[in-house]
Amino acid sequence: MWPNEFDYARAGSVDEALSLIGDEGKFLAGGHSLLPVMKLRLAAPEQLVDIGGIDSLRGISANGGLTIGATTTHAEIAASADVQAMCAGLASACGQVGDQAVRNFGTIGGNIAHADPASDPPTVLVACGATINIQGADGSRSVSAQDFFVDLFETDLEDGELITGLSLPNCSDCQCAYVKFPHPASRYAIVGVAVCLKMDGGTCAQADVAVGGATVKAVKCAGAEAALAGSTLDDAAISAAAEAVKADIGDWLAGDIAYPESYRQQMAGVFLRRAIAAATG
Amino acid sequence: MTTRIFGSGIKRREDPRLITGEARYTDDIKLPGVLHMAVVRSPYAHANIVSIDSSAAEAMDGVVAVYTSEDIGDGLAGLPTAWLIPDSDLKTPEHPALAKGKARYVGDGVAIVLADDRYRAQDAADAVVVEYEELPAVIDPEEAAQDGAPLIHDDVEGNIAFRWAPFDKEASDAVFAAADVVVSERILQQRLLPTAMEPRAAMAQYNPATQELTLWCTSQNPHIHRFIISAVTGLNENKVRVIAPEVGGGFGSKIPCYPDEALVSWAAIKLGVPVKWTETRSENYLITIHGRDHVQHVEMAASNDGKLLGVRATVYAGMGGYLSTAAPGIPTILHGLLYVGPYTIDSIYCESIGVMTNGTPTDAYRGAGRPEATFLLERMVDNVARALDMDPVELRRKNLIPAFEDGYDVAAGLTYDSGDYPAAFEKALDMAGYSDFRQAQADAQAQGRYLGIGVTAYTEMCGLGPSQVAGAVGFQGGLWESATVRVTPTGKVQALIGASPHGQGSETTLAQIISEELGFPVEDIEVVHGDTTETPMGWGTYGSRTTPVTGAALAHASRKLKEKARVLAAHLMEANVADIEYADGSFSVKGSPDQAQSIQDVALMAHLAWNMPEGMDPGFEESQFYDPPNFVYPFGTHIAIVEVDAETGEIELQRYIAVDDCGPQINPEVVAGQIHGGVVQGAAQALCEGVIYSDDGQLLTGTMQDYCMPKADMFPNFELGETVTPSPHHPIGVKGVGETGTIASTPTVYNAVLDALAPLGVKQIDMPLTSAKVWGAIQAARS
Repeated sequence: MWPNEFDYARAGSVDEALSLIGDEGKFLAGGHSLLPVMKLRLAAPEQLVDIGGIDSLRGISANGGLTIGATTTHAEIAASADVQAMCAGLASACGQVGDQAVRNFGTIGGNIAHADPASDPPTVLVACGATINIQGADGSRSVSAQDFFVDLFETDLEDGELITGLSLPNCSDCQCAYVKFPHPASRYAIVGVAVCLKMDGGTCAQADVAVGGATVKAVKCAGAEAALAGSTLDDAAISAAAEAVKADIGDWLAGDIAYPESYRQQMAGVFLRRAIAAATG
Repeated sequence: MTTRIFGSGIKRREDPRLITGEARYTDDIKLPGVLHMAVVRSPYAHANIVSIDSSAAEAMDGVVAVYTSEDIGDGLAGLPTAWLIPDSDLKTPEHPALAKGKARYVGDGVAIVLADDRYRAQDAADAVVVEYEELPAVIDPEEAAQDGAPLIHDDVEGNIAFRWAPFDKEASDAVFAAADVVVSERILQQRLLPTAMEPRAAMAQYNPATQELTLWCTSQNPHIHRFIISAVTGLNENKVRVIAPEVGGGFGSKIPCYPDEALVSWAAIKLGVPVKWTETRSENYLITIHGRDHVQHVEMAASNDGKLLGVRATVYAGMGGYLSTAAPGIPTILHGLLYVGPYTIDSIYCESIGVMTNGTPTDAYRGAGRPEATFLLERMVDNVARALDMDPVELRRKNLIPAFEDGYDVAAGLTYDSGDYPAAFEKALDMAGYSDFRQAQADAQAQGRYLGIGVTAYTEMCGLGPSQVAGAVGFQGGLWESATVRVTPTGKVQALIGASPHGQGSETTLAQIISEELGFPVEDIEVVHGDTTETPMGWGTYGSRTTPVTGAALAHASRKLKEKARVLAAHLMEANVADIEYADGSFSVKGSPDQAQSIQDVALMAHLAWNMPEGMDPGFEESQFYDPPNFVYPFGTHIAIVEVDAETGEIELQRYIAVDDCGPQINPEVVAGQIHGGVVQGAAQALCEGVIYSDDGQLLTGTMQDYCMPKADMFPNFELGETVTPSPHHPIGVKGVGETGTIASTPTVYNAVLDALAPLGVKQIDMPLTSAKVWGAIQAARS
């Protein structure tokens, strides 16, 4: 509860933030992932660079797809009509992060930079094919959400790089849902399943499925997607997908002492069914 | 007459300051020049301390000193164990304020750092280099009692601190040998974290000129803290002042005297400046006492026609690395004596084995021994019902003790004060619609849904208690309370009490008692507590005793004052005392109602003393010591209805019905609050709370991310009912209600879940009933 000593600077622009960060620095936005680990002395950055005052990093714009600034809060995303229309699963996931106070302060950029495997938004971002926009001293780059999340609390970000925002395709013609089995202690996901279904009449033309919580990172589930695509989402197809999803995440399983990997793997199947029902209901 | 204040659900006067953040806790008190203490704590559950190098820490900015047990030397005596249970071969291993040579649980203090700033103190604590030699650790109390387990204290052979078995084993064996049916179960009463809203804190200030020590600390019993601090520091007790300012909950965890409180006192004396320590939540989970931690082997005997004949148990009670202040009394006196419960069980036997382990010390946690007894009893009654293929409600009904008004002797050697268990039982069943539920359950099952019901009848022993009994069972103190009712010349009341409420609402309810007895408006009555210099001696707030014991002292003191007022009023009105009538705070002469003296008038005249009756002393103040003649025994029936999602193992608590009888209710809203909180705490033991250690003694549930505190959305609206059976021996008939919810709710919820799972073939699951465990049990039963 008593962090190590650190220096604090507030940046007015992205360039200034990048110039201030140094070798042992951390960017601070909402602080709801970083400050708890600092209070426990599990992280001890020497320099915090507060990016909360950089206007260009905040906000949601809809222009064909969605662009969301890194310091946009979970509450803003959950409440955004554009996000609800173009990626309902992300609005839902952001509305299920933490509690209202956390959602009012915590930011989407901070969330994905922290890469907690049981956080909700990453699962939707992976399912829906989001792109993460990154800026470093040497310029900017973009990486798919699927490649961005590398492993437990590990991302593709290099030292000194800053997430500036993320881009999402317009999913308004999809049926999209995020369904979560919350851990009763932390309310993080024991398992979280995102599905995005493109329907052509009664047939599922394309299915995107990702699982988090049960895994070390949000995992795209090709087997489950294949079982659903081309089907009429009949019981047999859904059962096949619910089986396949357990295999899809088999190499990436995570668990804790109370909710072990094997249980979470089984629950991924249960919650895939529920996510499909929520998306199509 | 206006609405009677006794029995009125007036708002708690404590709440405005609590909910606006204006309450003043220990950590809020600032003293100039204070030094902050941080404690270097063992990262190992069991380790020899090879060396401690504090040179780097001492050289850091703002660091005043680093001390180890060597520096303290004999400056502090070991912390005493204050419940020395008799006939148990009790061993009380030394509990030094800082570990001497060996650490016995993760968090055991090894050194203290004193610095001018809390952050710097923590930085310096991290810079103290301690070399450890790790030793094998043992956490499970049953394992720790086996041959070959790591020895935790050299002077506690086999790690057995005590073996308590006061009942007749041969008689019990004979009952079991002759019984038609015997059921058995191994019950795990998991460790729980008390998790008071306010962590612990302590600040000490010493005046070398007067040799007076003031200790502000989070205490449920400042007078007990005073004599323990006096004992460990060697200061005379009259030179020690202990102040418990606002205390943000305790649930038992602020009864014990901890090393930290002794250490700030010692350091303040040593350095001559104030020293403060405030626990972090991480420390709170590591070092503040845990509750429960029993491994129980339980059996119940019954006849084929459903007569409960006997209960017996062997209990391995984990004590942790040291014996905390009251620890030995919890799994013994407060546990084994409760095995009869509300039933006509004529034979009980309990062997309780107190075992040292490498866990955090355990001690009283809300209910303290009684929840562990009620759970095993109720669990076994359900098992007997299943074995006999009897309705568990019918089995209970058949065995409940019939109504009694003044004393009922039970096999445990206790005399229950009063009870009408069948009345509360039937009322709860009516509220729940029990007969309809069984049909609904069958209908749901036909659709693949699993509903369950749990019904608990309970009684418990609280209002601790007669001091003679305390002495007989080895409690190193009395259990009476004292109180002073002091009225100012302007007719305002200060009631000074030795007990130390910390969130229960007693400032409100005790004021209601005085108002009822003496006629002052309740808003003119202040209840003062928590400061050993301001308040008369008292043994503290725990064991659901403040309302029954302090309340009785206040009622008696008020009655004395009222008698004085009656005599003075008669004198002032030149009437005979026998002709004085009293109503609503006013004394009048029979037959001349226009002539009256209000209680405020009388109080003023008593202070002025211009015109006193012959022989009457001036002033308007009375004190009373009250030693209860018996415990009080609240009782009731709780019912839970749950649905289990067989696909995930999740449990939904759909309804919770609680009918409690605590005698006349002083304030029904406060009673409801106590029951609500108690039910949540007890249900959480069944559903989600539980300490988990790794095999080497690391606390894996060290934060609320992993240790599952109950949350409001896990619970339905509780349906409360009451019956009212006064205690015959109490001046206002009241019984305690602080722990009943916790005592009754754990088996109620547990049995409901196991009832739901019965058609799936699941017979037992260790608590807490997490979805993963429930789902796993369903899979295991299916395969």
